[in-house]
Amino acid sequence: MSKNLKALTNGILKENPVFVLLLGMCPTLGTTSSAINGFGMGIATAFVLVCSNLGISLLKNFIPDKVRIPAFIVIIASFVTVVEMLMQAYTPPLYESLGLFIPLIVVNCILLARAESFASKNSPFVSALDGLGMGAGFTLALTILGSVREFLGTGKIFDFTIYPENYGLLTFVLAPGAFIVLGFLIVTVNRLKTAKN
Amino acid sequence: MEKLTSSLKNMLLSLALISTVVAGLLAFVYVLTKEPIEQAAKQKQENAIREVTPDFNNNPAEEQFEIEISNGDKLAVFPARQDGKPVGIAVETNTQKGFSGEIKIMVGFDMNGMIKNYSVLKHAETPGLGSKMQEWFSDESKPNQNVINRKWNASMKVKKDGGEIDAITAATISSRAFMDALNRAYEVYLKVKETNSETAE
Repeated sequence: MSKNLKALTNGILKENPVFVLLLGMCPTLGTTSSAINGFGMGIATAFVLVCSNLGISLLKNFIPDKVRIPAFIVIIASFVTVVEMLMQAYTPPLYESLGLFIPLIVVNCILLARAESFASKNSPFVSALDGLGMGAGFTLALTILGSVREFLGTGKIFDFTIYPENYGLLTFVLAPGAFIVLGFLIVTVNRLKTAKN
Repeated sequence: MEKLTSSLKNMLLSLALISTVVAGLLAFVYVLTKEPIEQAAKQKQENAIREVTPDFNNNPAEEQFEIEISNGDKLAVFPARQDGKPVGIAVETNTQKGFSGEIKIMVGFDMNGMIKNYSVLKHAETPGLGSKMQEWFSDESKPNQNVINRKWNASMKVKKDGGEIDAITAATISSRAFMDALNRAYEVYLKVKETNSETAE
């Protein structure tokens, strides 16, 4: 039980994909111009992570070592395509604002990293939990990043106005703001972690 | 089960099987989502037409046709009718002159050639600057930048190009692109009007 719990919580703080492992920076920086975009991207990635971890773990003995990478990529890519079609059908506004970043989940290294280092060595159940934990950590990080950027840039969080838009610093909605905010968030997380130790 | 060894036969078999199963899954989801995706696109188009034209009760999407403008591009036109009587048209116009990428706008005209309303369908302009075009040019409290119900003449350009319209602050290129799209839509309107008056005679 403790092992399962550990697999689940591991990704949320101790090995948070964004703040600690620093994996998947492209969607992290690119899609977090608002809280809802970050959240949507996180959920989409989490779904793919759980499905691909589960699938790869189930098939791990069936995949010969020398072709494991192409096999993993085919499995990941198919789940990404599934997510893309589902989002296009049921959440068209989110699909449009995330745009090209949805198909790009395929090349998000967090997926391949978990497939290679976790799912191909552990049982399906634990792998799915690991995917869920990592996905939750990714979603959490992207939502925080998106909220901070949206708040500083436009004075809103999840489209809820906190202060008038005219006082916002536009830089934070644009690309440089993503780097600045991410840097400060990583500092904060590291500070908290060292303080705890 | 023992892990399969990396022999040629095993590798071929494993990849072929995985690909086949995955292809089946994708085909299934494709069939499942085909209808909703088409519905969503249709709904979006219809909402945009409804937003920009006077009230109508026909189905403009079914009656759509294309008009070629002076530089060879074809734009889609959606005629709006109330009880069979034409009340206006919606033109799906676009421009490549934006700051980053194509801008698509649905522009609605009433029968006098006034812009009834417009709806920006797609753009990739800078957030907070060029992206303001949906609100900026339809603010009726600011006559210098409003294009709704404005009498159409040669001055439908931004001030820097000798027109009358105030460009979005710090986003002249986006504003120019917006006016370009509008002028293209107006060209379509004129052509539609011409054809209609010919058939009427």
